[in-house]
Amino acid sequence: MFKSIMKFIYHFASPKHFYRLSGKLIPWFAWLAALLLIAGSIDGLFIAPVDYQQGDSYRIIFVHVPAAWMSMFIYMVMATSGAIGLIWKIKLADVIASSSAPIGAAFTFLALVTGSIWGKPMWGAWWVWDARLTAELILLFLYLGFMALEAAIEDPRAAARACAILAIVGVINIPIIHYSVEWWNTLHQGATVTKFDKPSIHISMLIPLLLMALGFKLYYVAVVLVRARNKVLYTDQNSGWVKELIKSKNEQFTSI
Amino acid sequence: MIKRDLRIAFRHKSEILNPLFFFIIVVTLFPLGISPEKVLLAQIGPGIIWVAALLAAMLSLDSLFRSDFEDGTLELMLLSEYPLSILVLAKIVVHWLITGLPIIIFSPLLGTVMFLSNDAIETLMITLLLGTPILSLIGAIGMALVVALKRGGMLLSLLVLPLYIPVLIFSSNAVGSSMAGLSISGQLYFLSAFMLFCLTLAPIATSAALRVSLE
Repeated sequence: MFKSIMKFIYHFASPKHFYRLSGKLIPWFAWLAALLLIAGSIDGLFIAPVDYQQGDSYRIIFVHVPAAWMSMFIYMVMATSGAIGLIWKIKLADVIASSSAPIGAAFTFLALVTGSIWGKPMWGAWWVWDARLTAELILLFLYLGFMALEAAIEDPRAAARACAILAIVGVINIPIIHYSVEWWNTLHQGATVTKFDKPSIHISMLIPLLLMALGFKLYYVAVVLVRARNKVLYTDQNSGWVKELIKSKNEQFTSI
Repeated sequence: MIKRDLRIAFRHKSEILNPLFFFIIVVTLFPLGISPEKVLLAQIGPGIIWVAALLAAMLSLDSLFRSDFEDGTLELMLLSEYPLSILVLAKIVVHWLITGLPIIIFSPLLGTVMFLSNDAIETLMITLLLGTPILSLIGAIGMALVVALKRGGMLLSLLVLPLYIPVLIFSSNAVGSSMAGLSISGQLYFLSAFMLFCLTLAPIATSAALRVSLE
């Protein structure tokens, strides 16, 4: 059983099959993401009720919160796929990890920027040294460190393995950093999305939020697949299947 | 192993003295740059001393693996019959003895210069005792990742400093609290737990990183 699963995974993870399958999947993910993002934006910006304390300016959370979620989620993906690449030597996992990093950094940056835009009217300052903000900033540094390390090591295999170790060390540290910073100083409002705790978010605001979150997630999947496809093509540029692919593309091109 | 590295370190006295002088100079810069006022210095003193200790520990990491990497000793360590993580741990212990320990010894002096109270100085020493091993342990992981690179210094700080943040927060907070007369057991428990955690896992991560770097 286990053997056949592994065989299946190895089969899927071979660059050639990954390239073909991801090519088919990308449009689906991309269109679904676009659809969800449009629906979420319309719902969030026009339909959801005005907050009784924060007025209309709270609406930025429909970008801010999903971006912050994604920033953490992508780091987890990076560390997990790094570990998979390290343990089972699946090249594709390394590719996913390295192509996730810039996207994750971008989401982290987005969360920070939208947060500070929101903070200006709410707290009266672009930046406060608050726990969550600081933790998010540190997360951005972790992403940048990962990308810098990858850029510094020339051999791509060694770079991937070194980065995987770094990501795993980082992931162990994230909760520690998170709690230490939280304990250090807290001004940010607590999480209100879980329905079990009070005060919690109203359902009419929760729906657009979840739509946006799902849209962000699918967008990430689509983008990471595109980037991974490029990387796979680049690293395998001298192998047989890529040459065949180029040949068939050339034929298509000339026949037109 | 510890003996060998210590002997090497004592032959190059500057390796021990430089981080210490760096530490002292950085702390000296702050009163010159900000103000020599007693109240203000006492307030920011713990943070400054800790930031300086952190930078001194980070800048001295280079001595941990660099020379052994260059003359090939590191490769022999990889091939030796002893587990690599134990050998790595020995090197980390030496690094702490030559950089962490002098800082701890000199910290009361700097604490006095920064007008910290006696209680605060005592706490400062305890937090340094618990915290500097963490700096050496986490730093070793970062150093192992960049040891094969020619210009690793800047990169090393980018990798290691974010991971140092919890130590900085808890330590300087503990010193601040003890100045205000509050209980500091929570911070000390956390620091001890974090140190034990790093002590068990960091050598393993470091040896994994060394294997990657030396391929």
